[in-house]
Amino acid sequence: MKLLMAVSGALFVFYVLAHMYGNLKIFAGVEAFDEYAHHLRTMFTPILPFGGFLWLFRIVLVVALVAHAYSAFYLWSRARGARTTRYVAKEAARATVKSTAMRWGGVAILLFLVWHLLQFTIVKFNVGDDVVGTSPGKLVISSFQVWWVVLIYILALVALGMHLWHGVWSATQTLGWAGSARARKRAKLAALVIAFVTSVGFALPPLAILFGIVKGN
Amino acid sequence: MNLTLKIWRQASANARGEMVTYKVSDISPDMSFLEMLDVLNEQLNARGEEPIAFDSDCREGICGMCGLMISGKAHGPEVTTTCQLHMRSFSDGDEITVEPWRADAFPVIKDLVVDRGAFDRIIAAGGFISANTGAAPEAHSVPVPKPKADRAFMAAACIGCGACVAACPNASGMLFMGAKITHLGELPQGQPERDARVVSMVEQHDAEGFGGCTNIGECSAACPKEIPMDVINQLNRDLRHALTRHGD
Repeated sequence: MKLLMAVSGALFVFYVLAHMYGNLKIFAGVEAFDEYAHHLRTMFTPILPFGGFLWLFRIVLVVALVAHAYSAFYLWSRARGARTTRYVAKEAARATVKSTAMRWGGVAILLFLVWHLLQFTIVKFNVGDDVVGTSPGKLVISSFQVWWVVLIYILALVALGMHLWHGVWSATQTLGWAGSARARKRAKLAALVIAFVTSVGFALPPLAILFGIVKGN
Repeated sequence: MNLTLKIWRQASANARGEMVTYKVSDISPDMSFLEMLDVLNEQLNARGEEPIAFDSDCREGICGMCGLMISGKAHGPEVTTTCQLHMRSFSDGDEITVEPWRADAFPVIKDLVVDRGAFDRIIAAGGFISANTGAAPEAHSVPVPKPKADRAFMAAACIGCGACVAACPNASGMLFMGAKITHLGELPQGQPERDARVVSMVEQHDAEGFGGCTNIGECSAACPKEIPMDVINQLNRDLRHALTRHGD
């Protein structure tokens, strides 16, 4: 069950890194971003139909999400059942926010995911003012000109960063890759770097749009 | 020293327990924590009250019998067992909370005494090692590299006190199990049954109702023998190898 958790989590690490890289395209302008969005659908088109690769990709992600969430809730309920009488006094010696908030942080990220998909994939509603039409790039620009949308994203990215920081290191431990002191140090450093790069990389486009650095035209 | 103690009292396994407040006075800073409880019990005896039940055996920090949650920390504020914790680690006038290990796999028998039989069953599930029990073999016939011998010895320092489970937010027994797996896994004598051992022990661990590990690290911080988290890594690695590469 924990191996399932680690492997499905690792898939997401690669996915968020690719997703973040794609988002940075907005800095190259709306057209480049639109071309990128279109390219995701035409990838491998002689072999697969239009959007085919994207759908295969989505199916893999959904399977990983179900596996990750299922194993999380299974392990959560087992941990709850393992101590039904709580301590009157309990002090943490080494637990940190990032390690103890994995479960509630995960739930927060899941809720954010629902909002994020509704906003940019399924409904594509526009909270900004101008009419957008079919350009994904323009939808992104007008959405992130609204301050509370940016705030939601920043909060979600803080949660994601902490989840990755502990999660990446924890996965190496669960897979048995952090055996020596050096390997452990490397794993912790890698976790920090991945968490930092991901949250900052994702946060740059919304912030740049909010502060008018990227205008869209 | 004068102290206020809040101690968990529970008449039997099925009785409802509660925290009861006691005051002790004229405690020497050189007393061990258990000697301080002995003094309190003498007072309770003199008053005709039921003394507080707690476990202890060697009182030298090597048997793993004593184990109390002292003001929210397993074995109290020092890196040692409860019996080797001295009252000089506290200050005059302190209020100290004393609770038994809390884990459903360690049911309370009475007051501060819990049944750690689950650990024994995990060890039993690990089974035997194939060793010649006839004439002692020539010591040099089975070479053991020094780093492996050191690591096995480090892991073998586990006394099975249960502090790792008590401190773990998930009440997981992974540090204990990891220590046992590493201890035998590093030595040539542990190799023939290495795969079967890790699978059976983990199955027993889960059946006893311990939680899963989320790599928080409270166990290692509470361990009186300072067993590091990498034994959990070893346990996971051995389990993965047993289930995938050599699996049946």
